Amino acid sequence: MFLILPALWTLYLGLTDYRLTGAAAAHPRIVGVDDYRQALGDKDVRDALGRTLLFVFGSAIVGQNLLGFLLAWSLRSARAWVRAAVETAVLLAWILPGVVVAWLWIAFLKDQGGTLNAILRTPGHDWWFEHPMGALIVFNTWRGTAFSMMLFSAALSNVPRSQLESARLAGARGWQQLRDVVLPNIRGHILTNTLLISLWTFNDFTPYLITKGEPHGASAVLPVYIYLTALPGGRLGFAGALSLTMLLINLLLALAYVRILRRRA
Amino acid sequence: MTAVRTVLRRIGFYVLLSLVTAFFALPMLWLVTAPFTRHPTFAVTWPDFTLANFRALTDSPDALSSLYNSAALSLSTMLLTVAAAALAAYALSKVRVPGRGAILYLLLLLSSVITGTAVMVPIFQLMFRLRLLDHDLGVILVLTGGLLPAAIFILTDFMDTMPRLQEESARVFGANSLQVFGHVVLPNVRPGLATIAVWAVVNVWGDFLVPFLLYRSPDKRPAAVTLNTFYTEGGRPDLALISTFSLLYSVPMVIMFLFVSRRYGFRLHGGITA
Repeated sequence: MFLILPALWTLYLGLTDYRLTGAAAAHPRIVGVDDYRQALGDKDVRDALGRTLLFVFGSAIVGQNLLGFLLAWSLRSARAWVRAAVETAVLLAWILPGVVVAWLWIAFLKDQGGTLNAILRTPGHDWWFEHPMGALIVFNTWRGTAFSMMLFSAALSNVPRSQLESARLAGARGWQQLRDVVLPNIRGHILTNTLLISLWTFNDFTPYLITKGEPHGASAVLPVYIYLTALPGGRLGFAGALSLTMLLINLLLALAYVRILRRRA
Repeated sequence: MTAVRTVLRRIGFYVLLSLVTAFFALPMLWLVTAPFTRHPTFAVTWPDFTLANFRALTDSPDALSSLYNSAALSLSTMLLTVAAAALAAYALSKVRVPGRGAILYLLLLLSSVITGTAVMVPIFQLMFRLRLLDHDLGVILVLTGGLLPAAIFILTDFMDTMPRLQEESARVFGANSLQVFGHVVLPNVRPGLATIAVWAVVNVWGDFLVPFLLYRSPDKRPAAVTLNTFYTEGGRPDLALISTFSLLYSVPMVIMFLFVSRRYGFRLHGGITA
């Protein structure tokens, strides 16, 4: 009930010019598909969507996937205590509450006294202001790599030893083994992982906790943009139409996932 | 020649690994140093090992009570989620509905969406109409609604692997459905129940958006929302309170994480890697 009803409600809202206050709040008018047409034609909306795609592509599909795989691959043969130490650091970044993590990254990239500036000896460089999207991508890679690392290390432990052994005997070097033996074996895991982390990143609200969409909306990914439109902005109808667009993208991603699982089954 | 190369490769490997570990560990340093520093800034400095910030925190009106609110919210949501998920998963596991797998997967995927941003506008309005804004019940229902699909998914997996034999023999001895459920089924899926209980507590404890949207009175808010309300009289973030409260708020999660990874190992298994 809490899943289906809000979805239908969104559809209805998108058809009205519902507002939080004023005359339109008492008698919402049906403005039909105007909200939807307006939403897709609006430059701000397209910008927010573009930023979201960049965010998902950079931090989930590339960042978390690659770093997660790199960690899983290199920790396979590492000593137990090295493995435990690295994994603890990566997992801690994943389990700390989002609000805390947001403050940690505000502090880490702060222009005055931030740790990164202290290390790079670039005092006064305001990373969140000058590279908001780049900083968000690095942040989210840091935040979510743990899941990919765990999933890939589970996948790598299932790659048959005999296949690796025979590839080695045939003279395959490290990266050749990787390409010819490992990757075909874990292709399904890569797909599953990519879809799940994309979905999570796409819906992530943590960017709001760090930047509130600043400067001037330059870091407003879609969830943040919807929030800013709906509550501080008071345009519930318009935000509803955007929410529905978001739900549809989610649904498409989920359907793609189910189809791929079916085909593999 | 090859020996030199091997050594060089080993060194390169550990340098790379140290860099990656530093990338993950460095942002967390502030959380350990700032709470013990007098007048902390955003910089990571060697702490003075003072407990003054903790004392200041106990004087702040909402700080400690919001931790209590978080605990109450997590526990009640966890109990409701576990109870409802156990019943639903048992039903789904007994009765074979056609297309069950696909339905479960869709629910699982959408459940990460429901407590998220895509439905925040309708959820807000639904609660407004039901007059449940600013009520614990409303927040608990929304959170449970968001957690249930994935909880059912995980538990169904556990229930499916349960041996049928015990259940049938209990029936032969005249146990009714509820007795079978309570005395045979539940003890069998205890690891599953523990998994979703821990997972529910972690999720609710860390959730910001739902309580942020649905609570109005400061004294009802959980810690996630309260953390962003510490400001000095000059309107700047009060870093002493923020860092100290962050630490107190994170410690239960870290303890739980250590407990789970000691006890069960922090590995993925079951449906998600299939």
